[in-house]
Amino acid sequence: MINHDIVVVGGGPAGMAAAIAAYDNGVRDVVILDREKNLGGILQQCIHNGFGLHKFGEELTGPEYANIYSKKVAERGIEVYNETTVTDISKEKIITATNSNGILKIKAKAVILAMGCRERSRGALNIAGTRPAGIYSAGTAQKLINCEGYSVGERVVILGSGDIGLIMARRMTLEGAKVEAVCELMSYSGGLTRNIVQCLNDFNIPLYLSTTVVEIHGEERLEGVTVAKVDSKNQILEDTKRYIPCDTLLLSVGLIPENELTRSIGIELNNITNGAEVNQNRQSNIDGVFACGNVLHVHDLVDYVSDESEIAGKSAAKYVNGQLSGGKEIDVKAENGIRYVLPQKINLENTEDIALLMRVDKPYDRVQITVKAGEVILANVKRIRAVPGEMEKIIIKKEGLVNICDSITVGLEEI
Amino acid sequence: MIYDVVIAGAGVIGSMIARELTKYELTVCVLEKENDVSCGASKANSGIIHGGFDPEPDTLKAKLNVEGVEKLFDAAKQLNVSIIRNGSFVCAFSEDEEEHIKALYERGIKNGVKGMEILNGEQARKIEPNLSKNITLVLSVSTAGIICPYELTIAAIGNAMDNGAVLKTNFEINKIRIIKDLFSVYSNDGDNVKAKYFINCAGTYSDKIAGLIGDNSFEIICRAGEYMLLDKCEGGLISHTVFQVPSKEGKGILVTPTVDGNLLVGPTASLVETPDNKETTALGLEKVRNLAGRSVENINFRNVITSFAGVRSSEKNGDFIIEESKAGNNFFNVAAIDSPGLSSCVAIAEYTVSLLRRKGMCLVSNKNWNGNREDPHKFKKLSDDEKNKFISKNSDYGKIICRCENITEGEIRAAIKRNPPAKDLDGVKRRTRSGMGRCQGGFCGPAVMRIISEEMGIPMSEITKKGNKSKMISGRL
Repeated sequence: MINHDIVVVGGGPAGMAAAIAAYDNGVRDVVILDREKNLGGILQQCIHNGFGLHKFGEELTGPEYANIYSKKVAERGIEVYNETTVTDISKEKIITATNSNGILKIKAKAVILAMGCRERSRGALNIAGTRPAGIYSAGTAQKLINCEGYSVGERVVILGSGDIGLIMARRMTLEGAKVEAVCELMSYSGGLTRNIVQCLNDFNIPLYLSTTVVEIHGEERLEGVTVAKVDSKNQILEDTKRYIPCDTLLLSVGLIPENELTRSIGIELNNITNGAEVNQNRQSNIDGVFACGNVLHVHDLVDYVSDESEIAGKSAAKYVNGQLSGGKEIDVKAENGIRYVLPQKINLENTEDIALLMRVDKPYDRVQITVKAGEVILANVKRIRAVPGEMEKIIIKKEGLVNICDSITVGLEEI
Repeated sequence: MIYDVVIAGAGVIGSMIARELTKYELTVCVLEKENDVSCGASKANSGIIHGGFDPEPDTLKAKLNVEGVEKLFDAAKQLNVSIIRNGSFVCAFSEDEEEHIKALYERGIKNGVKGMEILNGEQARKIEPNLSKNITLVLSVSTAGIICPYELTIAAIGNAMDNGAVLKTNFEINKIRIIKDLFSVYSNDGDNVKAKYFINCAGTYSDKIAGLIGDNSFEIICRAGEYMLLDKCEGGLISHTVFQVPSKEGKGILVTPTVDGNLLVGPTASLVETPDNKETTALGLEKVRNLAGRSVENINFRNVITSFAGVRSSEKNGDFIIEESKAGNNFFNVAAIDSPGLSSCVAIAEYTVSLLRRKGMCLVSNKNWNGNREDPHKFKKLSDDEKNKFISKNSDYGKIICRCENITEGEIRAAIKRNPPAKDLDGVKRRTRSGMGRCQGGFCGPAVMRIISEEMGIPMSEITKKGNKSKMISGRL
């Protein structure tokens, strides 16, 4: 058994930022366990730019953004176990991992979960039809194209207008493929507006809203898909069915936080975020276990992942140094029009200003979002437009949290 | 060379017969039209070992099912294939159905089924708390079990090959010439195999294969069954295989845990025109969802990880066809093997060999025969110390490729090397479970492609999902 103060599980943007913050807040014995050869996680395959605008004021590519952090990790001498896969974490914070030297057992004082997320697969969608080659999740195609240098197909339909799907529509076009359609089940896109403009509109790729793939055709390689429009209850409108010939179907239909290890510790997951429930320090209901980044909830931008992970890293350092214990916790609840709020709990001990992160449940024009404790208004913001694809952030001041004994609620009203 | 026996079809039946024949001093060749074994009904069925109460008494189905269960448990043990005796429940929801349950019980007694018991709804729910409140009577069969059908098929043919049998994949039979006492079998590509005996285990194509020697005595009816497979987090919902009272079309929608810990629901039963019609349909999947929820409560269909369909072959008389063809001396049909074919497969193999013996085939024991096969999932079951020894000898076992199922590079390379070798992504998936988990190969797919390419010495552009034209990539950038 090896002992470490802080073990960070995952070496993507979340894990790196958390490890650096933990180190910078006074804990020297921090290690990162990562399954890949190089740090950076999914950023390594995101060769497009647009990362870092908030954090560094410039547009970086994924690998460039990752390099800033991996350099900082190296400068601090933070130990990284590469090509090491964690297979279990116990309640006692004993981590079991496998690499080419064998099975490792590490006992940690604090654990930071930063495993990221995975893409929803075709199977989870239950699309009817055959099971040919040529159906990829957008991220898998991205990896094959950007990291391995292979083209995955020539005539493409993309289901789902999440950001990876939009990015891949442009990427496939640039590599000479014809993107016939991007279909989105919802009546609005889940992707960032800037991606719709830069990845679809600029290349004349049609986006069909309230439209989905209802059947897959082809025995060996994909030959085509049937698409159809859906009504407001997502029921398929039979007379709108049409066939689109294609050899490739990319799926960008949602990301699922990868929380199997979180479950193995015994942490229950929130059924909206599919991640752990945490307080503002990103500490879960198990003392000394923290979570950050897309394993906690899926973020829009890597910049926000870094921000959140710095909180987790700093808090883990405090925990190891005995500065984070006890304190009363209250619930933060999402109400009217708000799908979820994170953190789900606030610890009232020694708190600082807190950023509440949230998503609305559908697109709204002109809304007011209010944070309340009972009848007391803690914060109140107005938005001309609010969409589920763009996370909202509301700061509540630490002064407002004095004398609160009840739960906090967040809700919106149209104005 | 002239083989003693040629077998058409490397499904569970063809594979088990091949293994049975290698117990004797015989040369055996198995012809399979697909790129891999177990590509038909053997890969897409319920994986249930039936107690044997369902078939009509005095049929081959009744005899071979009841005989076959224990034989299958023994064979699975030798072949190191996971098999669990979880028991089955057949559930009634009404007085009519209760009568049916009692009739099944009586039939089971006639067929010689052991371990049957009738429970009322309350008793059954004590054992299975998630059973529907509307269930009034249950036939419990403790001898029933579950197995992974493609793992069994792969193990059986692999063991047959280890004992000398030859497997030819991508061999689609299009002509059989009978020259004196020999069968000369031609493939689409002009390949040729000669043998003294021919055993037709071609599943949904068995009537067409029989037709090649002018035997039109039976016609296969193809029935598609659609299934949904759920994540392991749903696998603990029930421990028994839960049936509803059977209807004419089959044993109805069942809910069962799998040996790998997932939850499987299905199948539907719809007649299809062609054997290759393995499509799932929106209606079929809807039906599976609705009917499964009728017998087991609290199934969370948000955790479905994949859906699939299999095509079962049956014949109008309803029984297995296992006999010498009237159109050809030494040509044997082993056809119309629908449920309980899997439960009966070892008994079917032994019965088929007994027919050959009766025809005068000389059966001399193969003294070198070894019926054991190493467990492909051995590594996963080792203690940490044993794993460390393994990894120190071969560091590929320390590299986890499939993160959902924790499958290592070492296991994937082994699956490509050992009998029957995996040659495509689906082949690796069925042998190792890499890509079988919740991300369905999203993360491990590119890595598995690279490993296949290295092991087989073929470029990435030649890697397929399941042979032929199912190429994964369209070119190099």
